[in-house]
Amino acid sequence: MARLKNIEELKKLRGEAQKDLAIRTQTGTRIIIGMGTCGIAAGAREVMHAVLRELETRKIEAHVETVGCVGMCAQEPLVDIEQAGKSRVRYANITPDLVPRLIEDHLIKGQVIQEWAIGRLDARKIQ
Amino acid sequence: MRELSLHVLDVAENALEAGASRIQIRIDESAEADLLRVEIADNGRGMSKELVRNVLDPFYTTRKTRHVGLGLPLFRDAARRCDGDLVLRSEPGKGTVVNATFRLSHIDRAPLGDMPSALMALLLSEHPVDVAYHHRVGVHEFQLDTAEIRKELEGVPLNHPRIRDWIFKELREGEAGLYSSVSGSVSVSVEPSGTE
Repeated sequence: MARLKNIEELKKLRGEAQKDLAIRTQTGTRIIIGMGTCGIAAGAREVMHAVLRELETRKIEAHVETVGCVGMCAQEPLVDIEQAGKSRVRYANITPDLVPRLIEDHLIKGQVIQEWAIGRLDARKIQ
Repeated sequence: MRELSLHVLDVAENALEAGASRIQIRIDESAEADLLRVEIADNGRGMSKELVRNVLDPFYTTRKTRHVGLGLPLFRDAARRCDGDLVLRSEPGKGTVVNATFRLSHIDRAPLGDMPSALMALLLSEHPVDVAYHHRVGVHEFQLDTAEIRKELEGVPLNHPRIRDWIFKELREGEAGLYSSVSGSVSVSVEPSGTE
């Protein structure tokens, strides 16, 4: 039994997504969340949920991706933020209540939160 | 793990590591039989008999940077604590099935918890995967197959922000419907557009 109302919505979203797919790969923001056993046990899924909620509330479109364990289990949940042209920054011990400030300061104001950051990967050169 | 949904997520991620392109997650809750059954099946590379034995040993891991692999042993402990058990079936080249059972009313039985978020964490993985999800609570059923959604999307990825938010909403509404007082089945299926 199809829920027609929502299927029509999906088709409409598909159309919109097809249009902006090209722009996204070049100018996008990626938020990468560790989701290995260590991350899950530390509450990474709740952090992911908080990130999705915050993005939705602020109407920011950013790519959210989950990855496996990177070996820094004691510092999970880990959240990496990568923006085109900028360094990829890794934040450690992130909890859902820290997410609003993470999005506000890093994504919107462009300020790295030094107290929470544990590493940085310099921006790759875009050809 | 605080919720059984986190164990489901953990096992499903093993499937991703094993190269699965399709994961079936089936959850059956029956108050009548006092049983909660979770089954996670994948089409990944599968395991030899020896590996199946090893994988339930907490001190066995395929990772090089650690000496423990706790996911499956802890899930089995959780099941056994609730008068249930965890059984693994696997064959190299054929994939793996993990089956965990719990006495539904057991006082130590953790809640199933937030399955929509668990499924989203899986679908947002760097390894693209299709998930066929089926959750039954008594007479209520909720099904969602991302393969069908993908067909409808014509190449737009599932993790595109707007698509991903749509899927999340579908999952939350579907799950909520299982626990409401309205009886019936809900299945998110995508019908072919246009006429034959």
